[in-house]
Amino acid sequence: MGIRFILMVNKQGQTRLAQYYEYLTIEERRALEGEIVRKCLARTEQQCSFVEHRNYKIVYRRYASLFFLVGVDNEENELAILEFIHLLVETMDRHFGNVCELDIMFHLEKAHFMLEEMVMNGCIVETSKSNILGPIQLLEKAS
Amino acid sequence: MNPFSSGTRLRDMIRSIRACKTAAEERAVVRKECAAIRAAISENDQDYRHRNLAKLMFIHMLGYPTHFGQMECLKSIASPGFPEKRIGYLGLMLLLDERQEVLMLVTNSIKQDLNHTNQYIVGLALCALGNICSAEMARDLAPEVERLLQFRDPNIRKKAALCTIRIIRKVPDLAENFINSAASLLKEKHHGVLLTGVQLCTDLCKISSEALEYFRKKCTEGVVKVLKDLANSPYAPEYDIAGITDPFLHIRLLKFLRVLGQGDVDTSDCMNDILAQVATKTESNKNAGNAILYECVATIMSIEDNGGLRVLAINILGRFLSNRDNNIRYVALNMLMRAITVDSQAVQRHRATILECVKDSDASIRKRALELVYLLVNESNVKPLTKELIDYLEVSEPEFRGDLTAKICSIVEKFSPEKIWYIDQMLKVLSEAGNYVKDDVWHALIVVITNASNLHGYAVRSLYRLVQTAGDQEILVRVAVWCIGEYGDMLVNNTGFLDMEEPITVTESDAVDVVETAIKRHSSDLTSRAMCLVALLKLSSRFPSCSVRINNIIVQYKGSLVLELQQRALEFGAIVDKHRNIRSTLVERMPVLDEATYSGRRAGSVPAVVSTSQGAPINLPNGVAKTTSAPLVDLLDLSSDDVPVPSSSGGDFLQDLLGVDLSPSSSQTDTNQAQKRGTDVLLDLLSIGTPPAQSNSSIPDMVSPSQDSKSAINVLEQLSSPSAPAGGVSTPPGSSSMMDLLDGFAPNPSKPENNGPAYPSIVAFESSTLKVTFNFSKQPGNQQTTIIEANFSNKTFDAYTDFIFQAAVPKFLQLHLDPASSNTLPASGNGSISQKLRITNSQHSKKSLVMRIRIGYKLNSKDMSEEGQINNFPHGL
Repeated sequence: MGIRFILMVNKQGQTRLAQYYEYLTIEERRALEGEIVRKCLARTEQQCSFVEHRNYKIVYRRYASLFFLVGVDNEENELAILEFIHLLVETMDRHFGNVCELDIMFHLEKAHFMLEEMVMNGCIVETSKSNILGPIQLLEKAS
Repeated sequence: MNPFSSGTRLRDMIRSIRACKTAAEERAVVRKECAAIRAAISENDQDYRHRNLAKLMFIHMLGYPTHFGQMECLKSIASPGFPEKRIGYLGLMLLLDERQEVLMLVTNSIKQDLNHTNQYIVGLALCALGNICSAEMARDLAPEVERLLQFRDPNIRKKAALCTIRIIRKVPDLAENFINSAASLLKEKHHGVLLTGVQLCTDLCKISSEALEYFRKKCTEGVVKVLKDLANSPYAPEYDIAGITDPFLHIRLLKFLRVLGQGDVDTSDCMNDILAQVATKTESNKNAGNAILYECVATIMSIEDNGGLRVLAINILGRFLSNRDNNIRYVALNMLMRAITVDSQAVQRHRATILECVKDSDASIRKRALELVYLLVNESNVKPLTKELIDYLEVSEPEFRGDLTAKICSIVEKFSPEKIWYIDQMLKVLSEAGNYVKDDVWHALIVVITNASNLHGYAVRSLYRLVQTAGDQEILVRVAVWCIGEYGDMLVNNTGFLDMEEPITVTESDAVDVVETAIKRHSSDLTSRAMCLVALLKLSSRFPSCSVRINNIIVQYKGSLVLELQQRALEFGAIVDKHRNIRSTLVERMPVLDEATYSGRRAGSVPAVVSTSQGAPINLPNGVAKTTSAPLVDLLDLSSDDVPVPSSSGGDFLQDLLGVDLSPSSSQTDTNQAQKRGTDVLLDLLSIGTPPAQSNSSIPDMVSPSQDSKSAINVLEQLSSPSAPAGGVSTPPGSSSMMDLLDGFAPNPSKPENNGPAYPSIVAFESSTLKVTFNFSKQPGNQQTTIIEANFSNKTFDAYTDFIFQAAVPKFLQLHLDPASSNTLPASGNGSISQKLRITNSQHSKKSLVMRIRIGYKLNSKDMSEEGQINNFPHGL
């Protein structure tokens, strides 16, 4: 419901972050990622950011070398999801300072924490950057 | 320090994985790390647990199995420190899912954490629960979550709200408990809580109608007020995105209003003002604003009618459509599809823009636009629209063509104002994209052509012209070849010339040329070649001068390695050579195929009835080589569309042709099923006993089922002798089987003719439960037709219901069944069912009647059936 999965994939097709909100086996996930990534990477700049795949839609956006893909139900508002992707990127940017792909790779768990604060069970929970980053900064201070 | 301890930090492991050049290297590194982690786990190493878990998560993301780490997660969760707990919960959510049994072990930990003093830990536990809980866990922990919905900290409240959503989804019964708390959430100030609260309420409404009523009555004004405040609120730096305060909340609220207002007029009235305000005031130069407008339009479309708002919404959509941003256009097209059901006039105004979108370079937009165009078509605009689409077909990309062709074909079929236009358009489509056209589409085309008798000449001439230019389109060639075969004489004689046509002279050999090219072409497939052979046969009769040439062509296929072609070649060659006298009757013009039945059949709504133009039996003589029935099978498509075109076995022909509804019950819900049962019935009838000594041709091939509620169905008297393919494999028996089929049957021991005008009635069939008597009479002046009155009586003490009588006769007989007087047979002979049969004996006075019968009925709701053969007909019938 709502958001089914969130993926971050680089231009070579390697998955940098994967968060699924529905159950799929490992083989299914790999197959799914492969198919979708191929479709999105093949599209040009001019084409629109929404791809239909099986029974859901993929909303994607490219930031530098990283593709952010969000798979949503058919009823979801695509433009809102596009905004959400941008919000996610801005939040990570605020935390890591000029976030790049390597930041996400080496601090995978922090990226997950942030994502978890923002999306729960496929629904958007929090959209204020300070609220999202609060617990994470606390965690860093504690450890 | 243990040398195998996972001293490598996560960072280093990632670096080493990145440094791998090949997949095998990566696998090796991962395997080493996994081994180290497993060793650490078995040693119960506390220090590096969180590091190991982080590594496991990375490895899992790469796609390797990591189930050995699950217990580690649990242990991590149970440890008191916050970082370990954090990693443990993260691992839990990534590595496990709700189907694993290990999850149950976590329930207790989560319960303790839900009651923890540290609110972040409570938040963690809620998060985990919300993402991954199963139904049992939901039930256990629901009271805790309910309590937390009123916690003092807003962060906890918002997480509790989302957790609740998952709980009620898993266990819908618990929904009622949460209605009140959810309603109170709507009065919050904190945006996070508000967001999740609204989401919770929306879901509650979807799951429970009681909740929906409650929210409609109590909360609508509150929600409207919240939205109004939000829309009018001043700049709030925390939630501002592109100049709009918290667009996500806007959208959520609009969605909730949609759910509330759908189907309810009063609620919809309340919302009108705020919807109008949002629709007009929101800025649409940024994506966020457009997102809100999109949601607003969706809401307006779904709630109860308000003319002004709808106009507003469609105007917004119109603006979207002309926006340069592809995303916006896509979204607008999506919305317009829904708007059509509401107000199609308004959408028609944008038709031109939509047509432009069909030609867009973006695949997603094209697809949406095409669907939209399909919905927009009606009688008045079908011609220009089709023209545009067909023009585009020529330049479109291959992946898109399949869709486009299918849509064009269905548009043309549904809305074609006149036959000639239909034929024109279909021919254009076939010549452009013939290979994407499905089978039933070109079958339908042929049906239409046969029905339009004044257009036969025109059709065949256009096809002739087209096939010269676009000869590589397989389907076009098939249709052309069929038409040339059927109407070749019209082609040559220029019959039925219409005013607008250009004159064209075609000689007989030109026509044969076309067919010859088609059959010789390297890329023609089996069906095309087979159809070409049939067409050649027809032409050999219509153009006797080319007979020799045609024979030469056919002869080349007598040695073909493909069974189908070889068989046809042999049989047709034999006809052309030796059986000139019957050739012309054989290949007479095909009867008009009944369009209504055919299209109804394709729509799946018509029971399996096949009727020819007047219900008279088709004049195709017996003994036609079965392969001429192949086009007949295709065209008539008696069986359902998913039965493949039969290629070589006669048994398939039998099934296809006689897939008439033989089912004893009068339900016509599933023609497929009925047909399959019907063919089983038929095959059973055929397999009873061996064919009588008369020869392979006398296998009964015609069944007239009787249905209680419908009038008797007349079935095609088509031959398909299963034994023929067995004969056709080796060449000489092939021709001899043809001889058998055509030259009549094995000599019958002549029976003395009984000249008595009155024919005694016979007991046709008697068993311990049933008795059937036949009374005979003949119509004066018609010696060949006998009228039989059949009487059924019940010999047991229980009544029979759903009584059905079926009969099969050999092919020299024709059988016609009238409806029975009733379908309930009372017990012990207290009443009887009578049914009239009419038999026409084409071998009257040479052969006597023989019949196979099957009787089906229900005895105490149990299905019973009895079968038998009736040989004791009086002579001379």
